[in-house]
Amino acid sequence: MTAAVPLYAQLINLLAAVILLLGFAMLAQRRVIQLIDLFALQGFALFLSSLVMAFKTGQHHLFYSAGLTLGLKVILLPWILHRLVRKLHIKGEVEGLINIPTTMLIGLGLVVIAFNVASPISQLSATIARGTLGIALATVMLAFLMMITRRKAITQVVGFLAMENGLFLAATSATYGMPMVVELGIALDVLVGMIILGVFFFQIRDQFDSLDIHHMEQLKER
Amino acid sequence: MMSLSWTGVFGQLFAIVLALALAPLLTGWVNQCRAWLQNRKAPPLLQPYRMLHKLFHKDVVLAHGASALFRFAPFIIFGCMVLACAIIPSLSTDLPFAPAADALALVGVFGLARIFIALAGMDVGTSFGTLGGRREMLIGFLAEPALLMVIFTMAMIAQSTSVTTIVETLAHRELVIYPSIAFAGLAFTMVSFAENARVPVDNPATHLELTMIHEAMILEYSGRHLALLEWAASLKLYAYSCLGLALFFPWGIAERDNLLAMIAALPVLILKLTIGGAVVALIETINAKMRIFRAPEFLGTAFLLAVLGLLVRLLLESRV
Repeated sequence: MTAAVPLYAQLINLLAAVILLLGFAMLAQRRVIQLIDLFALQGFALFLSSLVMAFKTGQHHLFYSAGLTLGLKVILLPWILHRLVRKLHIKGEVEGLINIPTTMLIGLGLVVIAFNVASPISQLSATIARGTLGIALATVMLAFLMMITRRKAITQVVGFLAMENGLFLAATSATYGMPMVVELGIALDVLVGMIILGVFFFQIRDQFDSLDIHHMEQLKER
Repeated sequence: MMSLSWTGVFGQLFAIVLALALAPLLTGWVNQCRAWLQNRKAPPLLQPYRMLHKLFHKDVVLAHGASALFRFAPFIIFGCMVLACAIIPSLSTDLPFAPAADALALVGVFGLARIFIALAGMDVGTSFGTLGGRREMLIGFLAEPALLMVIFTMAMIAQSTSVTTIVETLAHRELVIYPSIAFAGLAFTMVSFAENARVPVDNPATHLELTMIHEAMILEYSGRHLALLEWAASLKLYAYSCLGLALFFPWGIAERDNLLAMIAALPVLILKLTIGGAVVALIETINAKMRIFRAPEFLGTAFLLAVLGLLVRLLLESRV
């Protein structure tokens, strides 16, 4: 029964499970600072899993994308986010539209859907980590859920970035990563998007004295 | 079904005696660690034995309204806990009692004890007892599904719900990383804290109306009845610790017909319990007691983790 799966594949599976667990932890997290730390941790798990895969398959561009993940998602983006939180004096709790247990239950439902959707697709894939495709899809959907259920702009941005984590995991697990050009482009997009959103935060706060985006529903052209 | 062997019978009796003897010691050790971590002067390690000794020599005072149920409940609860300790492999998987009850029945045994302690709390008719009983049932009905899910996850790995088979599968076969076990382990830790009236959910060291669950139910007990209940609480902690160690750290538990390994398993078990008790005290110290209405969220998270473990098992390890 056992021993059919080699050790590196088990490692990748374990890391994928950790990524999913961190996705849920982010969904349950009430404080902004811890949310950013969890995001950085998720990025780190992603970095480790692509590193393991790079070592195993010997694909050079996977090393680059692992390095890119480490630099961008573990160090740079969390640092920017921490700075933003400090500058904007965001403290206290993240407000959600639905209470946390309900959100978690919805998340659980999403995971079931993602696993079911992914299982026929992963049969077509020939990579060593095709099992993790379901987890990648689940991570994307959990990040979506976080963006939908949160009110403050900054948590929505963290959700957006976590979604990118899920997409990256999906790409590595299904096809050993995207071509380098695409990956660089996405990384740059995320970075630039983050910087622009950082500027937006200040604008939103200046306008409404809060980062709650439901104020924006009342915007009118003058 | 296996045949009855002398080593098996001996191992079974030894495991029960060991559980009865070690359980108060474990409670004492956890209390001692907790006191150290809180910069308090620690009570002596043997304090629980002294308390049991004192209580066994005191007269029983019964309330006027107490029925027979009130008097029999401590014995039933104590018996349930001894049975639980008997079917959880702590030293060896060679337990003649084990085929009598698998992991699901084990949850039932814990459930039976819970029902009786809640009924006994309500029996005398004081408001505290009723309050404690209600809270206990709230915690129980949230904790049990999570515990069952943890057991299902482990059972799927071993393809058997028998605790001894699960332990044999995990400890004596090739080492495989099961991500689902990490989820199940987390969930089990959370459930066992709730079930054993430990800090994030309940604080057995206080008699505060707002917080007490376990204490509220046994307020009316005295003398040998109270001693049995305290001993049963220690045994429950011991049983949960052993179950956790058996499921998640099964190394060192002896296989069938291996007397030497069984003797070697004793120091390993004591070491694991020592570390486990210190970890329990540490978690208790760094956490604040939750409001009772946060407990459903806490246990809901445990349930969620357990279900995730099950799903991950289905997805990632179905080919394992």
